[in-house]
Amino acid sequence: MSERPLTERIDAAGGFVDGGRYEEMGGYVAARQAVTSMTPQEVCGLVKDANLRGRGGAGFPTGVKWGFVPDVPGRKYLVCNADEMEPGTFKDRYLMENDPHLLVEGMIIAAYAIGADRAYVFLRGEYHESYRALTAAIGEAHANGCLGESVFGTTYALELAVHRSGGRYICGEETALLNALEGKRAQPRTKPPFPPASGAWGRPTIVNNVETLCNVPAIIRRGAEWYQSLGLGEDSGTKIYGVSGRVKRPGLWELPMGTPIREIIEQHAGGMCDGYRLRGLLPGGASTDFLVEEHLDLAMEYGAIQAAGSRMGTGTMILMDDHVCPVDMARNLQHFFAQESCGFCTPCREGLPWVEQLLLDIEEGRGTAEDLELLDHNAAFIGAPGNTFCLHATGAIEPLMSALKYFREDFEAHIREHGCPYRSGPGSAAEADDGAN
Amino acid sequence: MARIEVDGIVFEAREGENLLQACLSQHLDLPYFCWHPSLGSVGACRQCAVIQYDDEEDERGRLVMACMTPVQEGARFSVDAPGAAGFRASVIEWLMENHPHDCPVCEEGGECHLQDMTVMSGHTTRRFHGRKKTWRNQDLGPFIGHEMNRCITCYRCTRFYHDYAGGKDLQAFGSRSRMYFGRTADGVLESEFAGNLVEVCPTGVFTDKPFSQSYSRKWDLGSAPSICPGCAVGCNISPGERFGRLKRIHNRYHGEVNGYFLCDRGRFGSHFVNAENRLRRCGVRVGDEEFQEIEGLEALAVLTDLAGGGNVVGIGSPRASIEDNFALMQLVGEDQFCAGFSSDEAVLNELIVDIYRSGAGRVPTPLEIENSDAVLVLGEDVLNSAPRLALSLRQSVRNESLRLAEGARIPLWQDAGVRGHAQGALSELFSLTVLPTGLDDIAAHVEHLPPEQIARHGHAIAQAVAGVGAEESASGRIAAALKSAKRPLIVSGTGCGDGEVMRAAAAVSSALRHAGSDPALLLTALEVNSLGATLLGGGLGLDEALKRLKNGAADNVIVLENDLYRRADPSLVDAALEASRRNGRVLVADLIETRTTANATHLIPVAAYAETLGTFVNLEGRAQRFYQVFEPRAPVTSAWQWLGEAGRAAGRNDMRWQHFDTVVETCASRPGLEALREVAPGADYRGAGGLRIPRETHRASGRTARNAHIDVHERKTPVDTESPFSFSMEGAQGGAVGSARSAVWAPGWNSNQSVFKFQDEVGGALIGGSSGIRLFEPAHGVPAPSYAMSQTSDEGEGFRLIPLHRIFGSDELSAMSPPVVERGGAAEVVLNRADAGRLGAREGDGIRCDLLSASAALRVDDAMAVGHAGLVVGETFGWLPRGRVVLSRDPDFRSSQELIARE
Repeated sequence: MSERPLTERIDAAGGFVDGGRYEEMGGYVAARQAVTSMTPQEVCGLVKDANLRGRGGAGFPTGVKWGFVPDVPGRKYLVCNADEMEPGTFKDRYLMENDPHLLVEGMIIAAYAIGADRAYVFLRGEYHESYRALTAAIGEAHANGCLGESVFGTTYALELAVHRSGGRYICGEETALLNALEGKRAQPRTKPPFPPASGAWGRPTIVNNVETLCNVPAIIRRGAEWYQSLGLGEDSGTKIYGVSGRVKRPGLWELPMGTPIREIIEQHAGGMCDGYRLRGLLPGGASTDFLVEEHLDLAMEYGAIQAAGSRMGTGTMILMDDHVCPVDMARNLQHFFAQESCGFCTPCREGLPWVEQLLLDIEEGRGTAEDLELLDHNAAFIGAPGNTFCLHATGAIEPLMSALKYFREDFEAHIREHGCPYRSGPGSAAEADDGAN
Repeated sequence: MARIEVDGIVFEAREGENLLQACLSQHLDLPYFCWHPSLGSVGACRQCAVIQYDDEEDERGRLVMACMTPVQEGARFSVDAPGAAGFRASVIEWLMENHPHDCPVCEEGGECHLQDMTVMSGHTTRRFHGRKKTWRNQDLGPFIGHEMNRCITCYRCTRFYHDYAGGKDLQAFGSRSRMYFGRTADGVLESEFAGNLVEVCPTGVFTDKPFSQSYSRKWDLGSAPSICPGCAVGCNISPGERFGRLKRIHNRYHGEVNGYFLCDRGRFGSHFVNAENRLRRCGVRVGDEEFQEIEGLEALAVLTDLAGGGNVVGIGSPRASIEDNFALMQLVGEDQFCAGFSSDEAVLNELIVDIYRSGAGRVPTPLEIENSDAVLVLGEDVLNSAPRLALSLRQSVRNESLRLAEGARIPLWQDAGVRGHAQGALSELFSLTVLPTGLDDIAAHVEHLPPEQIARHGHAIAQAVAGVGAEESASGRIAAALKSAKRPLIVSGTGCGDGEVMRAAAAVSSALRHAGSDPALLLTALEVNSLGATLLGGGLGLDEALKRLKNGAADNVIVLENDLYRRADPSLVDAALEASRRNGRVLVADLIETRTTANATHLIPVAAYAETLGTFVNLEGRAQRFYQVFEPRAPVTSAWQWLGEAGRAAGRNDMRWQHFDTVVETCASRPGLEALREVAPGADYRGAGGLRIPRETHRASGRTARNAHIDVHERKTPVDTESPFSFSMEGAQGGAVGSARSAVWAPGWNSNQSVFKFQDEVGGALIGGSSGIRLFEPAHGVPAPSYAMSQTSDEGEGFRLIPLHRIFGSDELSAMSPPVVERGGAAEVVLNRADAGRLGAREGDGIRCDLLSASAALRVDDAMAVGHAGLVVGETFGWLPRGRVVLSRDPDFRSSQELIARE
């Protein structure tokens, strides 16, 4: 079996890795090594060489991002984005609940690399178990001298705290996250200035995803070359892939970066349930474009998925089978995104509810050919990057645009037949939702 | 400068400004909502989308928001490209999903920025079939109406109210398509600048409540350029009138005085013009009888009679124009004329002029103070005495934020970026005042002291600037900050009634000049024409004038627009008026009933500011012309006309005034007033095509029918012989200089946003220059004068009284405006807890001042120095004695609420 720097301890412990087990299994060796015997520049350089890319979805090279922090005196912040609210995504939760020290160690190294003396975990409000695990781990790290005024006995000081989110999807956008952290409305900020120059409280700040930070200790311990060698293709390391939908074994697996989609679905998730055929999948959460059967042999890595017109995103895919109405799925997704709009800019705030309304009309048999045109029109204007203030609406429109492309016949059938072909009886599609409003 | 290209037109723009600014400065039509010249860019509405091309070869380009895109040399854009125009139409279509179709019954209709942008974008047909959202509105108090259904979520309201004006009680609530802008609960909007929401909101969410109650469309409002009579700042305003009623006040842009904003005293304080207690008839009475109405000619005969002999005293007023005061001065003779201030205030106002002329500091324009990077406020509660200045001071402390942003290369117009980066960093403002003020929250250092100690502190700061005194003291720290500032500012004024405070301010400024810096020094006076009346002069002090009457040295008095009971010892006024009533005549010419008119023998009704024209001099010495907005109903007439007629009838050669311009001409022959001639266009000025400037709009309705209930024939349009404005829709706005434009209105731009079409560059001066002329400039090249602390003794029993001013209630005229009455509070006496205890009084008890024969409710505030009492200036307390005064608990006192409850 291939190496699994992220989850090997969890597997070895058969679940939760407490502080003692963590240290027994080489925990904090990397952080100690970095803080006591490496310069911050060396740490940055190593991470850059390892070609670690952001696991939150954007895939930006982490070491490069760290390098943007200006060498200025005064406070700097490291913030871990643990606001895992992407539908279908539960990988960060798995890491935090089961191996919280891994994140703490990753954050110590990252904070040291960028010269931060304050670090926050911005945690999804509903992640109670993660909160308990992290606060306990931070307490232990403090007690063991891994955090606090003298990290590993050096002059380097670092305080780490967990901030529980009030709960909005937009808090996952790094600048909205920073506003929320500061106690302001969770609205994204204008860029520039970018957070590395002016982030939390106007100070240089790096925001990294949980999984990204959890990769750091192993890179320090085993080096850039080793890390690069883990990937099957051009991307380095391993990735926690996930599958949800009607497969035999939905779940998460740490696999080499670049594992083909088909292998993830068929070998690890056990393939489709009997009687169900795969029609399409959202490769990296709800805000990525649909891929279809023809893409199954693609490698799950940033470049290949992008070339196919989608994004790897969080790498946790949502599968749509042949019993699911694509129109209804699109409507469900737009309901989510319209609900989670922060309300700042017009196209997102007012455009997404209209899109949802159009989809509802089509799904429930009231749609017309003109509605389909309106859908195209709205999707084009709302979705283009730059048309909206941040990328929330862009992400919202991605699955819709691709659904209109791959499943257009379904949309047309709804209009032609004045109803949903997937539905046997009457009933409102909206009522099928949880009604959370 | 950078050369850029927009749809093939090449023009120069400032490098680094945003493209929206650049386009608007070229007077191009580019729709926008959330951007505002004073509030900057945030990129929320997405309405100003344009296409930006990478280079000459790029034919596709990409959509960018003009307000968020810095101008760079050689950049190429298109406003008209289908991708941009289509997107802008879509933005309107999205906004219209929920915007009600209530334009016909909406107050904003006809001057709605949203209407304009909708038409401009080309969106016409509704394609959204969902239901419109509806909201509950809030009662926001007497000034502002709330209609949330109309909201398009541009965030301008909270950005103005919260970010710009420092208000705490208006916020954005909710998220996604359920954003709500309001308070946590119903209640009066607390900010003194809330009224600006009416103009800041691009549609009809925040409306002018008094205007809504007596509503007319913008196009039916007649107007002329005017000056707010509420205080000495001299904000430029556009009063709107229909059917002889003043309907509302809108801001009139001035690039050096008020910019885009007014205070609420100014916006809502003008309804005294329509008040029930306006004086509208000439009257006479014998003894204690009721006034009998007399004909105007009869009243004029009395005035003429008084013009003949020398046995008369004339008392003018700082709330009347220079010309009205001058006419009275001419009529009675300079030696018999008094400018109408209390004798103490006259000294203070003269001190302002002396200090200004001495060259102790540069006198800044009101808007210029926004550039100051360190401010010292000595003694003045600016928010209550010259409110608009407080809004500018609030901007001045942001200079530290702007400096930090500049360092981080964030464009200063990028409002959210600047605020996020600078985290509210403030430059230093030091505030030494009697009681807490509305600027304490932005001050680096606050002390609450009685005036004499403020003066002492000020002089100590001056000494420290000069290098004398301990550096660790507060004075030393303040001195160091002022010295190291690039643009230091000292603000003081007559508000706390102590000249020594202003002398201390002058001393600090002088010391800074000696130390090689270039300080700005602004001194506030209290009334709209305080400085005008001061510059005009006059031989008599008020106390002296009253004593003459009391002693029989003069038998007759003419009082012009002045309630003497607010300006002198009431017992002296009583004695003087009683003697004069007995021996001769007390002729009071005023626009409103006062305690003084009640004690007159003859009454003459004069025009309010909106009904006449004249010149006011503001606190920086800027003479500004206000023009007649509408004709008052006879016999109400301009004071200068009454007085001029009387002079002519009396055969006075020096008063052969045919017209207002002749009054100005004669007045300008007085030393120091020469510049009056140049203040504003005279009656012979003509706009484009040699035409008059119309007061009515080009689409005023009902011209032939609006008086049909009186006469079915069209009334003859009155001819204005005094100004370049016509009383009709004939004429032309075009070509009129900035100071002589009755409305801002441009093709496609029906709202007040159209003002950019009349500016040199957006947010800059009006085309033709900023109006008004400074009547004096500080001495140049002379050494800075020195001001030493004078010794005062402050011994004795009782309390030293300190006047306290309130934005709503202390100014005589605006205090009679119904919405301001509703917003204002009752009179108060403010005492330290220890002093209150000594008097055996608790909060709310009555405190009596026997000398003033008045009582008011006690407010305990430990910031008030022991041995001092603050008296809120208004109807109850006007004139205050200088010495120590005995106060006592008044067991019979009933607060106004109690009295109302009893009824």
